[in-house]
Amino acid sequence: MIPAKFDYVAPTSVEDALAALSQHGDDAKIIAGGQSLLPVLRMRLNAPEMVIDLGRIESLHGVRDDGDSIVIGAMTTHHEVRDSDLVRQHALLLSKAAAEVADPQIRHRGTFGGALAHADPAGDLGAPALALGAEFVIAGSGGTRTVAGDDFFVDLFETAVGEDEILTEIRVPKHTGWGAHYEKFVRVAHQWPIVAVGAAVRAEGGTIAEARIALTNMGSTPLRARGVEEALAGVPATEDGVAAAAARAAEGTNPPSDLNGDADYRRHLAGVLTRRAVLEAAGA
Amino acid sequence: MTATQDAPSVEIGQSRRRKEDQRLITGRTRWTDNLNLPGMLHLAMVRSPFAHATITSIDTSAAKEAPNVVAVLTGADFGDEMGVCINAWPISPDQKAPGHPPMPSDRVTFAGEIVAVVVARSAAEARDAAELVDVEYDDLPAALDLKEAAEDKVLAHPELGTNKSALWVFDSAEAGTGGNVEEAIAQAREDGIVIEREYRQQRLIPAFMEPRSVVVDPTGEQLTMWSATQIPHILRFALAATTGVPESKIRVIAPDVGGGFGGKLQTTPEEWIVWAVARRLAKPMKYTETRSESLLSAHHGRDQWQRLTLAATKDGTVTGLKVDLLADLGAYVSLVGGGVPVLGAFMFNAIYKIPAYHWQVQTVLTNKTWTDAYRGAGRPEATYAIERLMDELAAEVGVDPLEIREKNWITHEEFPFTTVAGLTYDSGNYEAATARAKELFGYDALRAEQAERRARGDKVQLGLGVSTFTEMCGLAPSRVLGSLDYGAGGWEAASVRMTPLGKVEVITGASAHGQGHETAFSQIVADRLGVPFEDVEVLHGDTQVAPRGLDTYGSRSLVVGGEALVRAADKVVEKARPLAAHLLEASVDDLEFAGGRFTVKGTDQGVGIGELATATFTGHNYPEDMELGLDADATFDPVNFNYPHGTHLCAMEVDTETGAVKMRSYVCCDDIGNIINPLIVEGQVHGGLVQGIAQALWEEAVYDESGTLVSGSFVDYLLPTAADTISFQVDHTVTPATSNTLGTKGVGEAGTIASTPAVINAIVDALRPMGVDDITMPATPERVWRAINDSKGGGDAPTEQAAMPHFENEGGAQ
Ligand SMILES: Cc1cc2nc3c(=O)[nH]c(=O)nc-3n(C[C@H](O)[C@H](O)[C@H](O)COP(=O)(O)OP(=O)(O)OC[C@H]3O[C@@H](n4cnc5c(N)ncnc54)[C@H](O)[C@@H]3O)c2cc1C
Repeated sequence: MIPAKFDYVAPTSVEDALAALSQHGDDAKIIAGGQSLLPVLRMRLNAPEMVIDLGRIESLHGVRDDGDSIVIGAMTTHHEVRDSDLVRQHALLLSKAAAEVADPQIRHRGTFGGALAHADPAGDLGAPALALGAEFVIAGSGGTRTVAGDDFFVDLFETAVGEDEILTEIRVPKHTGWGAHYEKFVRVAHQWPIVAVGAAVRAEGGTIAEARIALTNMGSTPLRARGVEEALAGVPATEDGVAAAAARAAEGTNPPSDLNGDADYRRHLAGVLTRRAVLEAAGA
Repeated sequence: MTATQDAPSVEIGQSRRRKEDQRLITGRTRWTDNLNLPGMLHLAMVRSPFAHATITSIDTSAAKEAPNVVAVLTGADFGDEMGVCINAWPISPDQKAPGHPPMPSDRVTFAGEIVAVVVARSAAEARDAAELVDVEYDDLPAALDLKEAAEDKVLAHPELGTNKSALWVFDSAEAGTGGNVEEAIAQAREDGIVIEREYRQQRLIPAFMEPRSVVVDPTGEQLTMWSATQIPHILRFALAATTGVPESKIRVIAPDVGGGFGGKLQTTPEEWIVWAVARRLAKPMKYTETRSESLLSAHHGRDQWQRLTLAATKDGTVTGLKVDLLADLGAYVSLVGGGVPVLGAFMFNAIYKIPAYHWQVQTVLTNKTWTDAYRGAGRPEATYAIERLMDELAAEVGVDPLEIREKNWITHEEFPFTTVAGLTYDSGNYEAATARAKELFGYDALRAEQAERRARGDKVQLGLGVSTFTEMCGLAPSRVLGSLDYGAGGWEAASVRMTPLGKVEVITGASAHGQGHETAFSQIVADRLGVPFEDVEVLHGDTQVAPRGLDTYGSRSLVVGGEALVRAADKVVEKARPLAAHLLEASVDDLEFAGGRFTVKGTDQGVGIGELATATFTGHNYPEDMELGLDADATFDPVNFNYPHGTHLCAMEVDTETGAVKMRSYVCCDDIGNIINPLIVEGQVHGGLVQGIAQALWEEAVYDESGTLVSGSFVDYLLPTAADTISFQVDHTVTPATSNTLGTKGVGEAGTIASTPAVINAIVDALRPMGVDDITMPATPERVWRAINDSKGGGDAPTEQAAMPHFENEGGAQ
């Protein structure tokens, strides 16, 4: 398949990228790993005149330690997120979720920032980022702003990042020592999740002290399962202890119906997968 | 590669690595899309988004203005000169079939049908301009659902007055091959068992690796078409028959072709359009479809409703089988069309002794992509139905599914056996294959584990699935095909040419597209002529090189084409014999031929076949009455089909909380007669199994209410990868076929035919204590979960007609 013709620039700084964005306005599109954008272009669902590649902007790559948080550059690939020691140590859930994205080829090209900015409700990284209370750093011509998860995900394929802005980095509060698991439910290995649940759990001697739970593909944005989190606090990390709390997973969700399953089935799955994710995260 | 393998004394039976793989895997070869001819132009198609609509106007002016566009043409620009797409198998004399113009000018009858073609200097420019063609449609009501279409409420082709295309019936009482099925059913209702079921064969997409591509060069004395096709010979015939170009002016080449699975057993609108445009503009043309176009408009497969009635005595002896099928043709009756379900007519009785049999199919036109052959074509549908029913019968009688099969199958002493469908199975041994499969599988231990999990109320239940299949393949006896009104024969041709320096060129009319013919056929000829494997070159897929042939499908290439090769090679030896006698100054009767040499009995005098080839090249010394040359042709037309069989056993784990299923083990013991190359066979079996398993679990072409293909990309049409499958245990028993001298049986489709019911039987077996007796395919986790939680019907909920929107909503520039 051949995309429509477009021009291409690969600036080396965020400022240059922003300048290019404002110059071309609506006719421009940012490309990160291209794993969502290229299919769109090749299927001719979109035809930007200018494609701005963030790949050469060094400052957007990599993971760094910043006190209470780790900071993940938008252009860090899924593969790098999965393998990063810093991520493993302080935000294990992200590493586990990144390992579940698509297939190895896509994980080596697709980026953390690209996936979050694309905001596919079935994307695997939104819910884990939300669960861990990530903050999103967005650069625009007027400077830089930081947005919390609840404000970042707006709707299906819609985030707080404006047309003329760039998501530059994601700040993730450290959850050092927390157990984590990302339970992804698919029919074939390379699929987007039908439903997935990210769980990070701080266990103290067989009891769940704190839990962070978020759901993928249970609505138009990733959803935090706060009801479950509250119900989990203080319960024993056992099948019986967790089951009742997990059963609340579908509260307040609005999952889609499609050829992989209807909304009711997804609500049912959310409960089962939440229980499994929590138990796994708690090491039970 | 082959250099690392020592030359064995006998080639047949060796696991030669495939000589074609280096070029196929590295891509250093000629695929149709690789071809670039001087001055070649590129085509892009404009396709209808509507399932059924009148074309009210087509405005091509903007597209014509676009950069480097040479022409934009519509159906109205061509009359009859474009020809038509043909149906080669009208299954009844009064079959209703709409005319099939490659590019209709007045009305479209499925979403994806071509309405205009853009010709430009590059493929990209053609595609850009295609978006500028402005077509106005008047939407018409569309016949979409197969059952509704069969009621003629909405007509797919109003001019026909009905959607019912043909009714094809076989009745054993009428044919004199068995009893009256209604009587058997009535009797069973009184004092026996009657199993009545309705099964769905979902619509599938062949999904070959290489999208279809066609190049036409009209600039020489002959018109040449390269096409990614399985059937260059049939294609040439159809081009001549429908476009008025004499056959002698047409050369068709299938270069290396990347898979087909029946999906390239077709003559396509795209081929006819490229042909017509190339002739009109007198320039070479290329068209290569996108993957989206391939999924949308290359023919689909299966798509049946099966209404089945099995009658048996109380102890489980089958007394009758009645089969009533609805088959979805899609918008046109394609090349094989209604013949695909008819290929199943002879196979629902499978390996069993069924005294009374009635079979019928009603083929139905709808406004969806047309259907045709897909790996197994007719036989997977049959095997699925009967193997599911045998499990249901076992459950009803309360015995193990293998026991009920054993009670009813043809025993090995009974071969040759003439079945209730009128075929004569030449050979087989179901007992032996089953015994071996059971042993490999650890059947009894798995049954014990199943019982233990049931007793424990484990959330993960275990089910065992059986499929003891047979099939008819090696298409086939020409006279039989003629009696079924099929438009072609089933013979195959081969030639063996000895080159001056003693190498061997083998020409086959079969047209490999990934099967490994070059390797297997080289092994056969190397043995037959006693020459090294490396000295044999197999040529195919070009009507100028291999002028006679009927191509590759229906597991026919080895069992029909291979036998033609054997005969051609034997003729070479016979032609060489008098020359050898002449040169050795011996009597013909005193010569022995072995290991590529003629020797005079009792002496050390001899001459090699290669030396004899050289002698015919020089022509300096040969018998008076000999016509110079050793080359030979042969044609083989078998007198019977070919009947592989096997026992497949599958263990599935079912997560009762989510409905997810997981394959635990899969064992098959197939009997495909003598094996030429075990490695190639293993590859065919593995691939075949995965394709059949994929029908059970993953693949389905889904349309929405307006006739749009929802599963229009690989994101939603779920093809498995290696990550989704397990290591299969493959073994064989050997009962040689009697219909060819090599004793071989076809293996190309066996895995696909056998595996689907084994998987579903296993899932149903796991859940039967919960009241589940069916799961509609594909067995999605949702269907399995619903079946568990609502045993009345949950397992047959229709698939939701919507896809995930991963790529749809892209804001910003539009
Ligand atoms: C076959 C396939 C299977 C997949 N399966 C999964 C899966 O199972 N789970 C999953 O989570 N994902 C999956 N993906 C998507 C994959 O993770 C993508 O990599 C990801 O969604 C987008 O990341 P990218 O870097 O490739 O972004 P791109 O495709 O380059 O961009 C995506 C969108 O985000 C915008 N964008 C990118 N970066 C920025 C930025 N820094 N600031 C502002 N806007 C930006 C672009 O303009 C574009 O609109 C799959 C993709 C494919 C092709």
